[in-house]
Amino acid sequence: MRSVDLEESSVRELNGELHRLTPETNETRWVIEHPQGKHAIACGLDAPVTVEVKGHVGYYCAGMNKHATIVIDGNAGVGVAENMISGEVRVKGDASQAAGATGVGGLLVIEGNASARCGISMKGIDIVVKGSIGPMSAFMAQAGTLVVFGDAGEALGDSIYEARLFVRGSVASLGADCIEKPLSDEDKVILLRVLDRAGLSAGSDGFRLYGSARKLYHFHVDNVDAY
Amino acid sequence: MCGIVGLFLKNPGLHPELGFHLAAMLGVMSDRGPDSAGFAVYGSSQADHVKLTLRAASAVEIREAVATTLGKAGAGDLDAVFHDTHAVVSVPLAREQEVRLLIARDGRVTLVGVGARMELFKEVGLPEQVAKRFELSGMSGTHGIGHTRMATESAVTTRGAHPFSTGKDQCLVHNGSLSNHCGVRRFLSREGLTFETDNDSEVAAGFLTWRMQQGASLEQALTDSLADLDGFFTFVVGTESGFAVLRDPISCKPAVMAETDDYVAFGSEYRALAVLPNAGKARVFEPVPARVYAWELR
Repeated sequence: MRSVDLEESSVRELNGELHRLTPETNETRWVIEHPQGKHAIACGLDAPVTVEVKGHVGYYCAGMNKHATIVIDGNAGVGVAENMISGEVRVKGDASQAAGATGVGGLLVIEGNASARCGISMKGIDIVVKGSIGPMSAFMAQAGTLVVFGDAGEALGDSIYEARLFVRGSVASLGADCIEKPLSDEDKVILLRVLDRAGLSAGSDGFRLYGSARKLYHFHVDNVDAY
Repeated sequence: MCGIVGLFLKNPGLHPELGFHLAAMLGVMSDRGPDSAGFAVYGSSQADHVKLTLRAASAVEIREAVATTLGKAGAGDLDAVFHDTHAVVSVPLAREQEVRLLIARDGRVTLVGVGARMELFKEVGLPEQVAKRFELSGMSGTHGIGHTRMATESAVTTRGAHPFSTGKDQCLVHNGSLSNHCGVRRFLSREGLTFETDNDSEVAAGFLTWRMQQGASLEQALTDSLADLDGFFTFVVGTESGFAVLRDPISCKPAVMAETDDYVAFGSEYRALAVLPNAGKARVFEPVPARVYAWELR
C-alpha cells in the first residue's frame, strides 16, 4: 500500500505519480491523507488501482477517471468525478454541485446528498445517490442512469435528451420535456443492475422513472413561427 | 471569481481568537481573489460611544489627518487606534455628528464604517498581506466577515473592495454580480440612501439597510432581497448581533458551511474552513439556494 500525505507532497506530485502507473502495476492500493479540501485530487487516472482519500476534498476530485476506483472518505467539492470514462468513484459524505457532470461511463456512488446540477449533461455514467439531490439535476442528460433514494430538487431533467432517472422520494418539479414514465420490466432490470454494481441490496419498489418526452429535441413544424 | 469567508463564534472562550482564524481563512482564499481584500470584525463596544473607521492613502497620512483635523477642532481627546492606513476612532454619541462633519471636510479621509461594535478594513493587495498590515490576527470579537477580490467588472481600487457598509454595524460581502443594481440604486437613492461607489455589491448592502430601517429583521431583509435583487450572489452579512448567509435561487456561486458547538463558519470553498479548530469533526453542509441562514448572538 502506498500512502501519500498532502501536507507533505503537492497534489501535482501525487497526480504525477498516479499518472505514471501502468495497467500492470503492483501498486494497486493508495491512501491519501490530509486532503484538506484541496482541488483536483486523483484526476485523470488510467490504471486499475484503488485510491482512498481520507477526508474532505475540493473541486474536481477524481475527474476524467478511467479504470480506477476512488473512494472519498468525506465530502466532495464541485464537480466530483466529472467526465468519468470508466471505473468507480464513491463519496462517503455529501457531494457539492455538478457531481458526475458529463460522465461517459463508470459508476459514481454518493452515500450522502448531492447538491445542484448532479449529473448535468451525463452521457452514459451511472450515478447512485443514497440521499437527495439538488435543483437542476440531470440537466440536458443524454444517456446513463441516475438513481436517487431521497428527493429531487426543482427542474429535474430539464431539456433531457435520453437517460433514465429513477427517484424514490419526491420530485419538487420536472424540467422542460421531462416526464414520468411507466416502469417497464426492462427499466427494472437496468435499475437493479446499477444497484447491484453499487453494492446496494434495495429492490426496485418505490422507485419512479422519469425521462424525456422527446418533444424538445426534434424540430416541430408547429413552432416554425417562433423563428 | 472572489472568495468570501465568515466566522460566528458561539463559544465566548474563542472571542480572543476571532481575528486569528479569520486571517487564516482569508489567506487560504487568496487564490480566489488576489487583488484586494477586506474584512469587518465585531469587537468590543463602549457605552454611549460609536466607532468610526477611517481610511487615508497611507499610514502616515491617516495619523496626520486624525491628529490635525480632530485636534484642531478640540476633538484631539478622542481615542484613536491605528491599523496601517486605517484608524478606528471612538466617539461619544453626542459628538458623532460634529466629528463626522470634520471628517467630511478633510479631503484626505474616507469614512469606511460606523458602528457600536463594527470595525472595517480594506485595501488593495494580496489578502494575506492585507490581513497582516491591519494586524487582523490579533483582533478579538464575536463574529467577522471577509472578502478576497478578483475584480472582473471594475477597477482594482480600495473603494471597490468589500465589505460594503451602508448602515451602522451593518456590512456585506458578495460573490457574484447583480444585473439590476442600477435600477435598485436609483430607487434606494430616492428613499434617501447614499452610495459611495458604482459597485453592485454596495447596492445589495444598501437594500438590506433600507429594509432594516423599515423594521425588517436581517433574516426578513434577506428574504425580501430574493424578490428585488436579480443576478448571481452569495451574500454573507454581519450586523451588531447577527450573522447571515444567502445564495441566489440557482446557487451560481459556491458556498460551504461548517458548524460545531463552538462556531458557525462560511467559506467559498471547504479549504477555507479546513484551517479552523476541529474542522474535521464539524457538520459540513452546503447552504440550500434561496434559503436564508441566520444566527443571532444570545
